[in-house]
Amino acid sequence: MTRLAVPKTYKLYIGGRFPRSESGRSYEVTTPDGAFLANASLASRKDARDAVVAARAAVAAWSGATAYNRGQVLYRVAELLEGRAEQFAAEIRDAEGVSAAAARAQVDAAVDTWVWYAGWCDKYAQVAGSGNPVAGPFFNISVPEATGVVAIVAPQESAGASLLGLVAVVAPALVAGNAVVVIADRAHPLSAIGLAEVMATSDVPGGVVNVLTGSPAEIAPWLASHADVNALDLAGAGALDWVPLVVAAAATLKRVQDPEPGVPGWSLQRILATTETKTVWHTKALL
Amino acid sequence: MRLIGADLTEKSLRLHLEGLPGVDAVGLERRAASLAGRSIKTTSKARALDTIIRLTDLTTLEGADTPGKVRSLVAKALTPDPARPDTPRVAAVCVYGDMVPTALGALGSAHGDPDDGGVSVAAVATAFPSGRASLAVKLADTRDAVENGADEIDMVIDRGAFLAGRYGEVFEQIVAVKDACRRGDGTFASLKVILETGELATYDGIRRASWLAILAGGDFIKTSTGKVGPAATLPVTLLMLEVVRDWHRLTGERIGVKPAGGIRSAKQAIGYLVTVAETAGERWLQPHLFRFGASSLLNDVLLQRQRLLTGHYSGPDYVTMD
Repeated sequence: MTRLAVPKTYKLYIGGRFPRSESGRSYEVTTPDGAFLANASLASRKDARDAVVAARAAVAAWSGATAYNRGQVLYRVAELLEGRAEQFAAEIRDAEGVSAAAARAQVDAAVDTWVWYAGWCDKYAQVAGSGNPVAGPFFNISVPEATGVVAIVAPQESAGASLLGLVAVVAPALVAGNAVVVIADRAHPLSAIGLAEVMATSDVPGGVVNVLTGSPAEIAPWLASHADVNALDLAGAGALDWVPLVVAAAATLKRVQDPEPGVPGWSLQRILATTETKTVWHTKALL
Repeated sequence: MRLIGADLTEKSLRLHLEGLPGVDAVGLERRAASLAGRSIKTTSKARALDTIIRLTDLTTLEGADTPGKVRSLVAKALTPDPARPDTPRVAAVCVYGDMVPTALGALGSAHGDPDDGGVSVAAVATAFPSGRASLAVKLADTRDAVENGADEIDMVIDRGAFLAGRYGEVFEQIVAVKDACRRGDGTFASLKVILETGELATYDGIRRASWLAILAGGDFIKTSTGKVGPAATLPVTLLMLEVVRDWHRLTGERIGVKPAGGIRSAKQAIGYLVTVAETAGERWLQPHLFRFGASSLLNDVLLQRQRLLTGHYSGPDYVTMD
């Protein structure tokens, strides 16, 4: 007996739920040869707005969790990614048209990247923070803290890196306790929704990661000018007219990271790019 | 009393209320959902947002209310968005009775009739929110608030008596509270009757309670205290508006409606405006006939207003949070 095909519906991931786009729109995802693969939601500016509201609501709990706890939670995400490696590899093979071995190598690299950043949770503050010398009997301590809501344009047209590119920009923003709204690779959004499913079943609170599939050219300007977004990572916006995005972001004093070609490498700088330094004074007189 | 077809006795009141036709719950909810789903275009939305602000009773009803908190509430009522002085004022501030002098002092010369651009002071009374006290205590509570200078009294009905079927008792209490709203100069403070629809169990009960409150002389019927869930919902408000509309057709008298509690987003509130306009008529969209009881709604309305004016989304850093 032949089984009925069960095609998968790829939806957005906002606030721990999987809604369709508010606009009701979708677009076709194809293989490199142009064969139909799936329908993905085409997110609108209102989906971006909803995602920012969800992210803002999630910031307090996520950034308020202890660094050690955040590290554990992110490490568990890596465990789940590893467990779903076959599924990710199969999706990548179909969507990017690469060999099975190359797809699997990309999944492995993505898991490694995630583990590398998870380890930084309870370490980055020691490396980037400082005890400052001051002319008086005070401790003067600077520590980096999460900036809040981070909007990210994931690497686009990233043949060979649709999962890795996404992980390489999302993971560093989570380390300090930010909540993320990420616009996935428009051409290869399937691994992004796969990652969202991993998030939904992990201990990462709903709203900490929000995934929009659709056109960065349409959504990014709304996120860049949104007054409740604290930082903008334009990693994958190189093909867009991105200078106006930086100008719009400046109006509300956002941290901005410029576009970079390819997949961003592992770096402490990417973690610190979405942090603000807090400096406290404390008297030594009570010792 | 021709409306209930007999002299006003407990029996005739009961016969009238229980003789009201039953509510078509499915139809009511579908009608409310269709009204809430109307597409509102940009220019209409800008007008709707200002209308919402003008119809809002900015509320703080917490045990932890301090004079300072009431004064900052009044400041927000007068200047909701300090960066944009063209923002309209809210209709009233709603506080506990003992906070009325503080609110009046903070309002100063801005105190007045919201229909003339002033801000009035509403006080909750009658053992708010439960209403579980003797009539003497409820009346003393009401008189105290009126003597303190409250322009509007938000009373709660005795839901226990209503659910037990003692409609006459509920009726007499509303009449007595209405009488206690009389000021020294013979005028009356406006009386809003809170039905606490979340505790009335059925739509039929809500329709009866609405009729009861109007028959007893309430100037407004209000959905909820905001302390019980579910608070205001669109179907319940639609139902109450239908009663108000029917009453107007019968008597020519216009009764106000105030949904309160649970209305947090501008989008929800616009759905209420549509419902009012489509049910009772646009005539009702003025402060003496329709109010929103809300504390956090105003912030979302201000954010949406800023979004329309600036062209980009605003955030909670740009409004005063309570």
